[in-house]
Amino acid sequence: MEDKVTALVEELRGKFPFIEVNEQKTVIVPVDKLLEFMQELKDNYALDFLTNLTAVDYPEENKFEVVYNINSIVKGYSLMVKTSVSREKPELPSVFPIWGGANWQERKVYDLMGIVFTGHPNLKRILLDPNFEGHPLRKDFQWEGGRE
Amino acid sequence: MEVNKESRQIEKVSSGIWAPEYFGPNPDYHNLYQMKRVISLSPLEKILNLARAHSIWPLGFGLACCAIEALMGANGPRYDLSRFGYEVMRSTPRQADVMVVAGTITKKAAPFVLRLWEQMAEPKWCIAVGSCAISGGPFVDSYYVVPGANKLVPVDVYVPGCPPRPDAVLEGFLMLKDKILEKRKVVTR
Repeated sequence: MEDKVTALVEELRGKFPFIEVNEQKTVIVPVDKLLEFMQELKDNYALDFLTNLTAVDYPEENKFEVVYNINSIVKGYSLMVKTSVSREKPELPSVFPIWGGANWQERKVYDLMGIVFTGHPNLKRILLDPNFEGHPLRKDFQWEGGRE
Repeated sequence: MEVNKESRQIEKVSSGIWAPEYFGPNPDYHNLYQMKRVISLSPLEKILNLARAHSIWPLGFGLACCAIEALMGANGPRYDLSRFGYEVMRSTPRQADVMVVAGTITKKAAPFVLRLWEQMAEPKWCIAVGSCAISGGPFVDSYYVVPGANKLVPVDVYVPGCPPRPDAVLEGFLMLKDKILEKRKVVTR
């Protein structure tokens, strides 16, 4: 499986000049090329199953990193794709049209991190109360209460 | 977020029916619901309480891992809650006598916990099992956990532990039995 991923990443690096690949074979894509790149992965590289979609907050670097773990059931390998958005305007295109399973995972990231996925059909809070204020998994989220 | 807003409204409505002067100067007795929980109104009720105390029907609902100890473990063959007559888990709150709040109450779960409690017929009791239901437990500082079941419903018996062993849950049920039989004795202890 390791060889397959290495070969896949090398091929991707040759085909798309805008991507970066780090030493863990994670592909880093600029956010404006994300949708085009993801569509290519699904159509031509048999990456047909989005297992996980999550986000990480980096307040020092003033960015959110959105992480996609994509598996290929047919060929038996998996790939991690990352992209980053700024903290001032956290917006990126939804991958729901490509993998339907992104629906609830994007809602969860929106709920806890406050990242807006444009083009999502039903972007509202999934876990927390609809009236909840703030996004609790952000590093600068402050909450007081509970203890009396 | 105001979690027990609805119960306050209900208290407000009931206090309008019973004038405060009727109960004397002590503000504790202004709420008829609270007063009924600590005194027996008639000798007949004492006889009824004999029956109530020996066949408490719990509401079969659990919120988190404490439900495994309090409802499944205590009901299993080793601890056997049915020795005391408390094994009849009711799936509807309208037939249940005691609500065993077993587990963490999140703020999203709080409205339906309160709603189940309000659907139960009087007389009803509540047992808070585990540190989450007592005070929020390890999640007391969390942004999404109600710090204690007593923020929502009046709790009769607290069973500490994380989670408590099934024998502690049995002890809690037996304390509730004592409380039903001799209300004043247990409350003033």
